[in-house]
Parts: sequence; structure tokens; C-alpha cells
Amino acid sequence: MPVTPAITSAALDASSESAVTNAAISSISLAAIGLTKAYGTRQAVADVSLQLKPGEIVGILGPNGAGKSTTISLLAGLITADAGSIMLNGQTVNTETAEYKKHIGLVTQDIALFEELSARTNCEIFASLYGIQAGVQRSSSGKTQQQTIDDVLEQVGLSARANDRVETYSGGMKRRLNIAVALIHNPEIVMLDEPTVGVDPQSRNAIFDHLEKLRAMGKTILYSTHYMEEAERLCDRIVIMDNGRVVANDTLGNLKSMLPASDLVDIEFTGALNERQRAGLSELGKFNVTTAHDAQLTVSLQSIANELPGLLAKIAVTDACITHLSTRRAGLEALFLHLTGRQLRDEDSATENAGGAPAASNRKANRSIV
Amino acid sequence: MSVTSTLVRKDILLYLQNRKAIAITLIAPIVMAAFFGYVFNSDNNKKPAKTPIVLVDLDASNVSTAIVAKFSKDETMDVLVANEDEAIKLVRSGKRRAAILLPQNFARDLEASLNVNESTAKPAIRIHYDPSQAFILGLINGVMSQHVVQGIDKSQTGSAASKPPLSSSLPFTATATAVTANTSQKYNSFAHSFAGMSVQFILFMGIEFGIGLLLMRRQDIWKRLRIAPITKIDMIASRVIASTIIGVGFMTAIYIAAIGIFGVRVSGSWLGFGIIILAFALLNASFGLLIAAVGRSPEVARSIAIFATLILVMLGGAWVPSFVFPEWLQRLSQLTPTFWAIEGLSAMTWRGLALDAAVKPVAIMLAFSAAFTAVAMWQFQWDE
Repeated sequence: MPVTPAITSAALDASSESAVTNAAISSISLAAIGLTKAYGTRQAVADVSLQLKPGEIVGILGPNGAGKSTTISLLAGLITADAGSIMLNGQTVNTETAEYKKHIGLVTQDIALFEELSARTNCEIFASLYGIQAGVQRSSSGKTQQQTIDDVLEQVGLSARANDRVETYSGGMKRRLNIAVALIHNPEIVMLDEPTVGVDPQSRNAIFDHLEKLRAMGKTILYSTHYMEEAERLCDRIVIMDNGRVVANDTLGNLKSMLPASDLVDIEFTGALNERQRAGLSELGKFNVTTAHDAQLTVSLQSIANELPGLLAKIAVTDACITHLSTRRAGLEALFLHLTGRQLRDEDSATENAGGAPAASNRKANRSIV
Repeated sequence: MSVTSTLVRKDILLYLQNRKAIAITLIAPIVMAAFFGYVFNSDNNKKPAKTPIVLVDLDASNVSTAIVAKFSKDETMDVLVANEDEAIKLVRSGKRRAAILLPQNFARDLEASLNVNESTAKPAIRIHYDPSQAFILGLINGVMSQHVVQGIDKSQTGSAASKPPLSSSLPFTATATAVTANTSQKYNSFAHSFAGMSVQFILFMGIEFGIGLLLMRRQDIWKRLRIAPITKIDMIASRVIASTIIGVGFMTAIYIAAIGIFGVRVSGSWLGFGIIILAFALLNASFGLLIAAVGRSPEVARSIAIFATLILVMLGGAWVPSFVFPEWLQRLSQLTPTFWAIEGLSAMTWRGLALDAAVKPVAIMLAFSAAFTAVAMWQFQWDE
């Protein structure tokens, strides 16, 4: 049975173990309490609570349709909740107000730019919408609109192409500009809604590097993804969602401690297995017959060194023929499986990710034995 | 299944997904065909539209009074009696198609011209007509000849002995004068055609603006705009203003061509002309918003918009002058904003009317704009 920890605001306060020590840290905290949103009969999110502490990166991890984008849309003020509240610095806020919106920068999943215009013009338009007017020095930063745009384009490495039309950019450049425009008004809280979907490994790494810079600048970041590797790499705290609900919310270390095992062993068999063999293997772990002549066994172990020999001995008793054996560290994917009984990624998204950096790193983490 | 048939199936399946667009594609030609068929139907049983004219009786004799009475009873004419200045003003403003002036001493001169023994000049009936509707002159001349002759008969009833024989030619002359801005300026037919076509194609531009809004809503740029500290009113107002500016720009460019190449003149108030253009551009912007609000998706919006635009320009008289419509349709056409846009442009160009003639068209277009915007605000789906 999946375990669904009760998430309360008190638990949220106690959950931040990450110490983001930075002099320029954001002073803004954001919390969602019991957010609920339905579209007709479909419950998009139900009783979602989470907190963003100043300067931390919080990841929302979940499969497609888990409610990540709806949660971000609610927090960004794009849609209003049917129930629940959002608090900024401990005060309940109306997310539709201009005052609230000035604190938020949203990096959308798809490119949100006027592609017929240049990067600079895009920046000028959105800077003006946030009150950064041309020729006027900002009292907060002391910079003009021109300087602000120059800075933000410099940060994402697009200064040289600033005056080119965005439609002439590569996909990765558009992604970087997409982030730059969201940061033009220097928001304290940056929300990124699956910014790496469909992005090549090089651009993905560029985005990660930029997020590291934002972390160093003390920005509070909410990052939604269905790639566990991204969440593990970037996030101080991870909120795992499934079917519109929060199923876990903690630091990576604490989440992993929820796992019954630290290592997983995947064993593949070939040849038609008889009933006795199948029954024997099923007792050892999660056993699947994949084809008429192939089968797979996944076993959770606390320690490979101590338990693998015993496991192999038990398999030998069944006379099943092992063709391949690999081990991997139990991570968020295993945790998701543990909590929900389902895979974090469906086959489509796994395939989509096949060329990406996280999947590559995942493969590196596996240790093939046979 | 071959590659070609697979692709054909794919295209048909995709096309059939948009039910509303299909319905409109089917309904639009039927409605248009029905409309034109009805308008140009030569069915003799169909009651023709009455031609609005104004009569000026400067003679006030038995004969002229009888002629006026005949005109008033004519089923093809909608007659108003007025003085000369008022009559010409009514024609200039487009409210009456022609003014027929029976001159002083009409009866006396008519009698003299009927007397074969006297060689006096025939009385001259003056007709001041709307040059944009010149073809009604034939109808007016025909009806006038009939009623003048009958008027003579009626005035002479009881004195049959003295009734003169009708000569082969009419006992009066008729001179027709086009009522334009001034007597030195001839009517330029391009003035009306430019009014109609500029209205039509600016409306198409408005459609694209509305559809652009729907396309933007499908993209994440919509989220980016909505998360910015701006209100819905900011978004709508900016869209309306931008569309209005572009509309004014296009109208100005079109009329520069009309003036420079085709000799169209703004003979009336330039200020009125400018205000008419501005009001129409605003109307056009709100029409685009309305289309975006009721269309919901770009595909459906485009179908609805093209259909609505064709109906509006057709009823508004951009293609065919509205006076050829049946009477009920003429009244209906006045309920369309396009009718008033074309009327306003005509008033300020070839009719040469003053600023006050622009007030009513502008007021009506602004009222439509306000209504369109209100419905758009009410119906528009903000969530992507």
C-alpha cells in the first residue's frame, strides 16, 4: 500500500533541513495550504500543502498528470484555487494582485516569447510590463532598463545575439531566453514548470548551471520535473506528487530514508520457466514474466555486499538461467514506486529522456555485473 | 492502405474534428445564396421597395396639387413634401433619393405648352438626385410623366371640350442635377466603392487580430502575460487600442490611394472624416475581440468571423447599394454598424456634409463598440 504522509503547515515548517547560506538570500517565503482545484469532475490537485523557504530550491516531482503544473499555476496566480490559501511571508495573499505578481517569475514549460521580435525587444516589453521603463533608473537596483536587459542577457549568454529575431535562435538559446525574460524584473521567487522537457543534454546542462547561479544569488526556486535525477541534483527539498496529491515532502536524505532498501538488483532470465521456478522466484522479489522465454526479477536489498550471495544461492536452487544482472542505488524513482505502487515515468517519458543527460547519468549509476 | 490514402484519411479526419467550422462552411453559402436570390428575385408578386423622394410644389395650383396627390398614392414612391432647401438637404444627406421641383407657374406654362396654337416654352421640372443611385432617375421620370399627364386630365375633368390633344412629346421638360458637395464637382463613384471595400477589408484585419488573441492563448506567452502585474482590462484595452491604431493606419492608407489615384475627395468635414475613421477602427477592434470571445478556438472563430463579416458588409451596402433591397431588409441594414460606417464615409466624402452629419454614424458605431467589448469581456475565456 502506498504511504501518504500527512502534510501540515507545522510539518512544513519543520521540514527544511537545507542550510542555504548566502548573504544575498531572498527574504521571501511562500506557502500553500490545502490547495484544491478541480476541472469539472477531474480533481487536478487536492489538499496540496508545501512551503518555499527563503533561498531554497524546492522540487515538485511526479509523473505526467500528477498535478505539478496546476500547483505551479495556482502559486503563480494563473488560476484560482477552489479551496486553500497561499501565504507570502506568513500573510494570506490574493495571487491576482500586481503586488504579488512582482515577486514571482515564471519559466513556462513551452517557449513563451514573441519569436518574430528580437531578444532585446522581448526583454523591453516584459521589463516595461513590470514597471521597468526605458530611460528611468530603478530605485531598487540603480539600473536603467537598458542595463537590466544587458545584465540578464549576459547571464544567459545571449548578448551577442540580442538584436536577432528569436525565431532564428536554436532551441537551447530560446530556452535560455525564456528563463532570462522570467527574471527581467528580478523576482525573489522563480517557478520553473518542467523547463527541460524536450531539451538536448547541452542545453539542459546550461539550464542547470543557470539555476545554480540563481541559487547562489539567493533566489527561492520552485522547480517541477518528472526527472528524478534533476530533482536529486538541484533541489534542497522535494515534494512528490501523484494524482493531484502530495505523497511526500522532505529533503532528499530524509526521503531516501523512507525506503525499505538502499539497493536494487535487477536480474533477467531466459528460457521457459516452469511453475516451480516461477513460484520460487516470486518469493524473492518483484517477479515479472516479460515474454514466453524471458522474465525479470527486481529485489530490494539493504546491502549488496551482505545479501547478494544469499540471493544468488536462492536463485540457483530454482535452476533458473540468469542472463543479466545489474544493481542500482535506490533513489526517488524507487521511492515513488514504494509510495504509490507505480513507476514515476511511463514508457513514453522514459523514451523521451533516453538521449538526455539525466538518463545518461542514471545508466552510469547502474553497475552491470553479468 | 496506401500512403496516399492514409494521408487522405488523416486530412479528412482532422478536418471533420472541427464541427462548428464545418457547419458554418456549409451554412454560409446557403445563407448568402438565399440572400442574393431573394434580393434579385424578379417575382412579380413581390412588393417592390418604395423609393423615398421629396416633392417641392412651388406652383401650388390645382394641377401641381393633383400631381403631388398622385405621387403620394403611388405604391412605388415614398413621398415627402418640403420646401426647396430642405428637399435638397434631404437628398444630399442620403435620406431621400431625389427631389422633384414643380416650378412656379407650372400649371400656366403647362396649359400654354398644351395649346398647339401657342409656341411657348414648356415648363421645366427640376430633379435633384443622389448620384450614387443614379439609375432611379429612369423610374422617377417614368412615374413623373404618368402623374403629370394624369394630373392634367384630373384638373381638366368637366371641361372635356377644351381638352387638348396630347402631342407625341411630353408637355414639360425635366432637368436632372446630381446633388454633390458643390456644383463644380462631379460625383465620383469610387467614393462609394472605397467606403464599402475599406470597411470590408478592415473588418478582415480585425478578425485576424481577434484570432491572434486566441492563438496567443494557446501558447505559454499567454501565461507570461497573465502572470505580469497587469489587469485583464489592461490586456483588453491594449489590444483594442493597438487594433484601432492599425485600423486607422490602414484606412488612412486606403484613402490616400483613393484620393491620390482615383480622385476621391473629402468634400465635407475633414474632422468628421477623421472621427468616422477612428470610430470605425474602434468598432473593428471590438468586433475582433467579440469574435475571439465567442469563437473560443481559432478555427471556429475564423469561420464565424468570415460569415459574420460577409453578412455585415452585405447588409451594410458595401457590395450592393442597400436601396435595391426589399424595404424590410433596408430597415434591417440600418441595424448593422457597417451601414453607418459606409454612410458616414459617404457623408464626409462625396456628399460633402458638415461635421454634424458625422455625429449619428459615430454615435452608433461607438454604441456597437461598447456592446461588442462588453460581450467580449463577459464571454472571453481567460484560462488557456
